[in-house]
Amino acid sequence: MLCASGRLLAARAETSLFAPPGGRGPALRFPRRELHFPGQLNPPLWDSLTGRLTRHNASPHRRVILKWGRMQPAVGRGLAGSELRLRKSRCGSRAARSVGRDGAIQATARSPKPPRRSSRRFEEVGRQALLALVTLLSFATRFHRLDQPPHVCWDETHFGKMGSYYINRTFFFDVHPPLGKMLIGLAGYLSGYDGTFLFQKPGDKYEHHSYMGMRGFCAFLGSWLVPFAYLIVLDLSKSLPAALLTAALLIFDTGCLTLSQYILLDPILMFFIMAAMLSMVKYNSYANRPFSAPWWFWLILTGISLTGALGVKFVGLFIILQVGLNTIADLWHLFGDLSLSLVTVGKHLMARILCLIVLPLVLYMAIFAVHIMVLNKSGPGDGFFSSAFQARLSGNNLHNASIPEHLAYGSVITVKNLRMAIGYLHSHRHLYPEGFGARQQQVTTYLHKDYNNLWIIKKYNTDSDPLDPSFPVEFVRHGDIIRLEHKETARNLHSHYHEAPLTRKHYQVTGYGINGTGDSNDFWRIEVVNRKFGNRIKVLRSRIRLIHLVTGCVLGSSGKILPKWGWEQLEVTCTPYLKQTLNSIWNVEDHINPKLPNISLDVLQPTFPEILLESHMVMIWGNNGLKPKDNDFTSKPWHWPINYQGLRFSGANDTDFRVYLLGNPVIWWLNLVSIALYLISRSIIAIAMQRGAQLSTKVEELTRVLLQGGGQVLLGWMLHYFPFFLMGRILYFHHYFPAMLFSSMLTGILWDTLLRLFAGGLASSSLAKSVHATGILILILGTAYSFYLFHPLAYGMVGPLAQDPKSPMAGLRWLESWEF
Amino acid sequence: MLGFLKRPIVVTAEVNLNMVSLTVASLLSRLWCLSYPRAVVFDEVYYGPFISFYMNRVFFLDDSGPPLGHMLLALGGYLGGFDGNFLWNRIGAEYTKNVPVWALRLLPALAGALSVPMGYQIVSELRFSHCAAIGAALLLLIENALITQSRLMQLESLLIFFNFLAVLSYLKFFNVQKHSPFSLRWWFWLMLTGVACACAVGTRYMGIFTYLLVLCVAAIHAWHLIGDQTLSNVRVLCHVFARAVALVVLPAVLYLLCFYVHLTLLYRSGPHDRIMSSAFQASLEGGLARITQGQPLEVAFGSQVTLKNVFGKPLPCWLHSHQNTYPIIYENGRGSSHQQQVTCYPFKDINNWWVIKDPERHQLVVSNPPKPVRHGDVVQLVHGMTTRFLNTHDVAAPLSLHAQEVSCYVDYNISMPAQNLWRLDIVNRQSDRDTWKTILSTVRFVHLNTSAVLKLSGAHLPEWGFRQLEVVGEKLSRGQHESMAWNVEEHHYRTSQEQRGQELELHTPMKANFSLNLSFMARFLELQWRMLTLQSEEAEHRYSSTPLDWVTLDSNIPYWLNPRSSAQIHLLGNLVIWASASMATATYVLLFLWYLLRRQRDIHDLPEDVWQRWVLAGALCGGGWAVNYLPFFLMEKTLFLYHYLPALAFQLLLLPLVLQHTWDHLCRTQVQRGVFSALVVTWYSAACHVSNMLRPLTYGDRPLSPGELLALHWRDSWDILIRKP
Repeated sequence: MLCASGRLLAARAETSLFAPPGGRGPALRFPRRELHFPGQLNPPLWDSLTGRLTRHNASPHRRVILKWGRMQPAVGRGLAGSELRLRKSRCGSRAARSVGRDGAIQATARSPKPPRRSSRRFEEVGRQALLALVTLLSFATRFHRLDQPPHVCWDETHFGKMGSYYINRTFFFDVHPPLGKMLIGLAGYLSGYDGTFLFQKPGDKYEHHSYMGMRGFCAFLGSWLVPFAYLIVLDLSKSLPAALLTAALLIFDTGCLTLSQYILLDPILMFFIMAAMLSMVKYNSYANRPFSAPWWFWLILTGISLTGALGVKFVGLFIILQVGLNTIADLWHLFGDLSLSLVTVGKHLMARILCLIVLPLVLYMAIFAVHIMVLNKSGPGDGFFSSAFQARLSGNNLHNASIPEHLAYGSVITVKNLRMAIGYLHSHRHLYPEGFGARQQQVTTYLHKDYNNLWIIKKYNTDSDPLDPSFPVEFVRHGDIIRLEHKETARNLHSHYHEAPLTRKHYQVTGYGINGTGDSNDFWRIEVVNRKFGNRIKVLRSRIRLIHLVTGCVLGSSGKILPKWGWEQLEVTCTPYLKQTLNSIWNVEDHINPKLPNISLDVLQPTFPEILLESHMVMIWGNNGLKPKDNDFTSKPWHWPINYQGLRFSGANDTDFRVYLLGNPVIWWLNLVSIALYLISRSIIAIAMQRGAQLSTKVEELTRVLLQGGGQVLLGWMLHYFPFFLMGRILYFHHYFPAMLFSSMLTGILWDTLLRLFAGGLASSSLAKSVHATGILILILGTAYSFYLFHPLAYGMVGPLAQDPKSPMAGLRWLESWEF
Repeated sequence: MLGFLKRPIVVTAEVNLNMVSLTVASLLSRLWCLSYPRAVVFDEVYYGPFISFYMNRVFFLDDSGPPLGHMLLALGGYLGGFDGNFLWNRIGAEYTKNVPVWALRLLPALAGALSVPMGYQIVSELRFSHCAAIGAALLLLIENALITQSRLMQLESLLIFFNFLAVLSYLKFFNVQKHSPFSLRWWFWLMLTGVACACAVGTRYMGIFTYLLVLCVAAIHAWHLIGDQTLSNVRVLCHVFARAVALVVLPAVLYLLCFYVHLTLLYRSGPHDRIMSSAFQASLEGGLARITQGQPLEVAFGSQVTLKNVFGKPLPCWLHSHQNTYPIIYENGRGSSHQQQVTCYPFKDINNWWVIKDPERHQLVVSNPPKPVRHGDVVQLVHGMTTRFLNTHDVAAPLSLHAQEVSCYVDYNISMPAQNLWRLDIVNRQSDRDTWKTILSTVRFVHLNTSAVLKLSGAHLPEWGFRQLEVVGEKLSRGQHESMAWNVEEHHYRTSQEQRGQELELHTPMKANFSLNLSFMARFLELQWRMLTLQSEEAEHRYSSTPLDWVTLDSNIPYWLNPRSSAQIHLLGNLVIWASASMATATYVLLFLWYLLRRQRDIHDLPEDVWQRWVLAGALCGGGWAVNYLPFFLMEKTLFLYHYLPALAFQLLLLPLVLQHTWDHLCRTQVQRGVFSALVVTWYSAACHVSNMLRPLTYGDRPLSPGELLALHWRDSWDILIRKP
């Protein structure tokens, strides 16, 4: 915030200092970098300003530098000095001239000769080589022993199965958006997996089924996290050691490694999150060349990666939030830059809307379109969706079906609740247990298709068989009083003044009577929502309510799950509160009446936006439904950063091949310390700056990295961590990993900067350099050694558990809550 | 020294007659006929029992909010001489003679009445005109919903009062800060801000958002102060320190204090005891304390104990066993061990007694001297009535299939040996040689053969288990969970076989006196934790509403109905005021954004000081509305219209500010100003008219015919109780 306002002020300071009056002409619009070299433009002013750093007068100095560092990465590097050299000779010479007194002294102190072309090229090669090395290490660690264990691990049972569903094109339901599973399915398909493996439960052997394609794909994406993080940190801090440290933290983290090695959504999700972050950072670094080709490239890539992240899991929303905040801040500064005309600002705005909103939306919908097109066979997910939706799926009884259009007495029907994922009105030959109202037959709702969902509509007062061909067809009309007889058990839908089993304020609904003979509590008035009396009732289309005649209550489902005695189906009640909610509105789905002509259902097919909306409603409902039980031990968000407890991926006993998802404690605890340290140093710097402390140029530059680069990453960490505290759904340890990536980047930036600051206080620069290098080296070697210690967690171990003193891992069980 | 001889003593009094008349008017509107109706009105039925509990000093637990509000209501009862004897069982029940209705309703009414002059003061302290200040006060004065709510034993008017007080005293402090920091007035208003914040939080949890708002504003102002380089470092430090003490430490201390008073007042055990831990219960007079008094502190081999589950969810219960065995075959075809059932039973029962047995001795009595059980000791648990041993083995539990069955071992002479050794694991031990103490120690029983932990699974057993709660052995000790922890509640020693049936306690110096053992902090933390985590049964209420309904006043709440005359009280706002307040808020936001965008382009429409005032007013009044309203969207509890009133009160402060701003800066010509003032006058008369029309529903003082009621039924979604002729 502070640095942001600094930047904002900088823009104004520049214009007020250097802009000629009314200077919105072409001279100022483009070559901002030329104009904003005060040294070059106006040396006397520059000199007079150096050294005067009190808040009121001379803050332009500081702000100019802030601006300058941002606009001119090359100069920024020159100032930060050390290993990095200037890349472009044009900028280099200019920078050398313009560095000003302090900068010039530093530059000479560090590199007595101006950088030569050959040495620059050499360094460029060196940098590429480092990147290649880091990438190679990452791939090597991720692909090492990828085939082990050759059985289903942890959530592979879900995501592998869902990959198979895509290959078999059967429709299923999952709480996450489809992209991740589609990619897994694609990878499986391309690598020759035929979708026949059942993925029934963790521990099932793969045997002859080809699973390496899917694992390899996930590991491939997971491996890219390291180079991505490396590049992000490099761009944010302009410091190679910081980037190297970050890369080391991620390469040697057993948690990231484990999570990347299996058929899971997380590597895919993290790949897109990091890709979005990287392209955002890259595109920020082209802020001085708006609308240039690389600028567009990175902006578009940001949009695409955001779609990817959101398309894999809804957690992708957090990175969207981060990019959104960044974009808003960016636009705000552009808007405040008076050298830009409003038209230009409008162009900027449009570009972002196009690339960060429109493009992702289109892509996201495209993903769903593919998802829905691929899955065109009826499968286990049908019941979660509305009747009209199901009509699309081949194999579903509604597909290409034709049924009578209007309800008539004697029709056999199924009645479905309008709220997503409540299901069909259902009854079965089981009574409510003692203590839960009257001991009569249970009435529930049930998500799956079943003979017990069938009901017969009868007139309330006659028992004659309406299907007798001698009687004329009589349609059911809005406002009629009817009886619903359960087809299998011949009991009537019934309600009375007894408490419902779970929702105590509602009335109980039961099945009552023998062979259709009951009492006046079996009478219901059927009403169509928003219709006049006398209308017929249409299949699928009409939204109906059933009102109990005696008590005046409305038939509804509370959506609560009944205990074991109710087979964990959902509770049906009669609610005396007449407010219209979806819970008490139903529609007729199946309809059998031999006396009526059938019509085709194709006219009822939903449109794509309807499908999209419905899928999301069901997903959100599903996510909310994942509530932890009271008496179970569940992972809490505060457990995660302290690495309190891992997740068993495979095996529990000492004879099993065990894989345990646990972060490398050295790295994680270092991250934890770094966050605290970062917050402390940040507040100290902020207060010092607010008090108008004088900072040397070099320190200034370092604090800028700390505040801006570190700030970006810290924001990422917070956005990917804190929302979990508000979530009601069940949480797992692996939810922390996106945040952990950001936290590692913060560690890299922080330690590099702190070491530089600390070393900067030392007398000689060569000593400072070696102190800095030693510090970074110690950290990297330390993490590497800890990886050597903990690598069996990720690559698998057999033998006695760590509780056993004989186990080789015994000494490494630093917390009692770890179970490996 | 003798200055008064030279100069006369002069008292100059400045009386703002506007303030006085506003106060009088608001007192009249809130206190008029306060004890009418002499019947329980709506939520009085909820708060009433708590007042009675305070009068009788009986402990209770209410998850709806911290105790300060309840205590203030009870203070009214105390001053009115209420003896607590009234059965608060239904809305509309007539109060008996002993209930001092007037006194009980007085404090909320006073708080409601004083909010009106405070609204006036806040607007003037925001440096807006006197006219705007009067406007704000008048709006607060005639708003029907505020009147209704403050005339009854309910807490919203207290919350509004404290919210306003916090904002007002912060503004006073902020204005004093400009010219005389560290003066007496400066300290007074600063401290008062802290006190008011603490009171707001102590009345309702919602108050915490207003507190945070004030804290944020104070932090921003302090940040500017840090940047002020005319101040020395020491002085800046003093400023920051004073604010930290007054706005952070003081409220925290006061919040604790309010719980301290609460717990000191309520020292008798009562109906809500069961939710609390054994140690807490034992610290109350009567109840468990009566039973546990004088029982030995240290559990020894041979002790007879009852074991209570610490987590106690879904129900507080004790480890239990009875003659019946697990069914050989469950309903789904799985087999069991057919041994004796072990369950958790929510009632006191003779079958809850267990004997702690030393596996190496054969006696079931305590030796002399007693041999205490320590952490890590291996014990057997013998069921008192059936003398069978607590056992677990590799058989799936009846309902939790992943866990082990726990039974009392019956030897069927098949190859299923007894596995009844348990290692005692004291969770809250100080050292590894700690002894097992009654009530104070929470322990886990770790099975020696399978390292399973005795756990309450929370599931209800079916018919064959009498719907008691299932107890299982959790194989993997997946972290510490309270459902695995148990504590001894009742405890006896028995010395030898001869004395069976006759309680004779060993002479032991370590008698327990638990009320002394539990510190205030421990009690406070437990109470606060239980209050926050208590899951009250999801109460669907006929008159509940959603936050979206509130802004547009789509719903009302019928509070009370005179069964004979059809006179009725409703919580019903003044439509004109609600609509214009919402519009004013929207206008503020739009104007603010407009100005902000223009400022970013360096176009300053407003002079700097006007802009500063405009921002501060928006931050406090508009912000007050936002923080008291928006959090409700995230809440899952049952919500009522009255939850919106604190937000509305802030909105009413913002309304005249927007009007004045329009007059000052948007109306350019004299004609525009004339038209604008005419509009404002018309609008206010309309508001007064509506307020007057709704008056019978606010006070409930007039019998209403069905025709009159129908005339007031302005919206279909309102619930006006019209009797069918």
